[in-house]
Amino acid sequence: MSYLYYPGCSLTGTAREYDLSTRAVMDAMGVPLTELEEWTCCGASAAEACSELLSLALPAINLAIAEGMDAHQDIMIPCSACYLNLKKSAETMRKDPLARDRVNTVLAENELTVKGTVKVRHLLDVLATDLGADAIRDKVTVDLSHLTIAPYYGCQCLRPYPVFDDPEEPRSMEPLIRATGARLHPWQMGAECCGASHMNTKMDVALELVHAILQAARGADAIVTVCPMCQMNLEAYQDKIARRYGDVSSVTILYLPQLIGMALGLSDDALGLQLNLALSDHFRNKSKSAVNA
Amino acid sequence: MKTAAAPPTRQDGAVPDRKALHAIQEKIQACIQCGTCTASCPNEFAMDLTPRRLWRMVLMGETDAIFTSQTFTLCSACYSCTLRCPRGLPLTEAMHDLKQMAYRGHMARYKPSTAFYGHFMNTIRRHGRIRETEFISRYFLTMTPSQPLLPLGYTGLGFRLFRKGKMAIEYPFAAPGKRSLEKIFQKVESMEASA
Repeated sequence: MSYLYYPGCSLTGTAREYDLSTRAVMDAMGVPLTELEEWTCCGASAAEACSELLSLALPAINLAIAEGMDAHQDIMIPCSACYLNLKKSAETMRKDPLARDRVNTVLAENELTVKGTVKVRHLLDVLATDLGADAIRDKVTVDLSHLTIAPYYGCQCLRPYPVFDDPEEPRSMEPLIRATGARLHPWQMGAECCGASHMNTKMDVALELVHAILQAARGADAIVTVCPMCQMNLEAYQDKIARRYGDVSSVTILYLPQLIGMALGLSDDALGLQLNLALSDHFRNKSKSAVNA
Repeated sequence: MKTAAAPPTRQDGAVPDRKALHAIQEKIQACIQCGTCTASCPNEFAMDLTPRRLWRMVLMGETDAIFTSQTFTLCSACYSCTLRCPRGLPLTEAMHDLKQMAYRGHMARYKPSTAFYGHFMNTIRRHGRIRETEFISRYFLTMTPSQPLLPLGYTGLGFRLFRKGKMAIEYPFAAPGKRSLEKIFQKVESMEASA
């Protein structure tokens, strides 16, 4: 089991802890990752709002790089937006020869050719399907049974391509969280939208959506995410939401591999825990007491 | 050399592209107006036209109604409507198509969204990957004449990100880097112009 790895822009900046913890957990599980050489931006949610051709071509540059490196390895992607962009482009390249010709005309400018043969996989898919909860449980050294965790999936790792989970009622994180020893927070918000880039262009709308998610997480020690945009929206505006609505208090927001890494006994530094924006003292104390339990 | 940031500034009333609208009409022709899209949309509470009504306007070619509405810019691409549409229509993609029409048509009333996406695209055009500080600085520069207080809503977060080393101090007018996608963007522009 080994993968090509596309971190994407967020994981080199605002979501560095997602990159650190993904690499650390995969390393601890003995899964080698090879970073895509000279990868470029997938177009995020911007390309699709500006140009259809760019929204296919920008991800296709990276598919072409991957196909040139090793056509037999899947590309693993932790960011849900990057995942969907590369996945959509790969599906289109494989099924639509006309679109593939147009994109290859564009890619010829950089002396690249895409076929669409490489398989695009989300980190959660790899953890849940390929690695599996049992393999993780075997390596757990820290008991996290004091913690109650709310699994948050967001949208784009689930929809529109239902690859590894139910797109409306996802469950794939549950065995992974149980494998760490933690308990599950019962809630219905796991597949609801966080507002995505509305937080920058239509903040009032995004705050409303995030508020509903934080409200439903009351009673959980942390929400875990699998997308940098979800993570940022849930962690960075908690004070503003508390002031505006008055009925939510701060809650810890972690990336899923950070939680798994804690259970594997990896250090805070290795998991980038000092980089999180919402890591409450309550959570720190509780997870520390779990270590001593 | 093409420099950054020619975000859309033309006046409202730019004539929507009929050909582009026809392409969207073809995609959603089988709409039965059942309203599953509206019921599935997390942003519907903030929309002036419900998604179902928007698709009706598209099918009737009511460009004035479509391009005075903010509905399509309120799509956050959650794909719930696409997943649930009983006719299997690519509704999220059709929302993207409308966003692209607004972007290409330089429609001023969509400026917060089109400027945001435009500056993002121009930043990756020059550098191949996003440079957050450069992108956000340029976005605020475009927006502050009309919304002078806009950056204040993000100042606290900006400081926290700098302190954590998650955003770098960047000169917002840096020269294109070695991963520049200039040739790719130029080719796409020439192909779209001749389409």
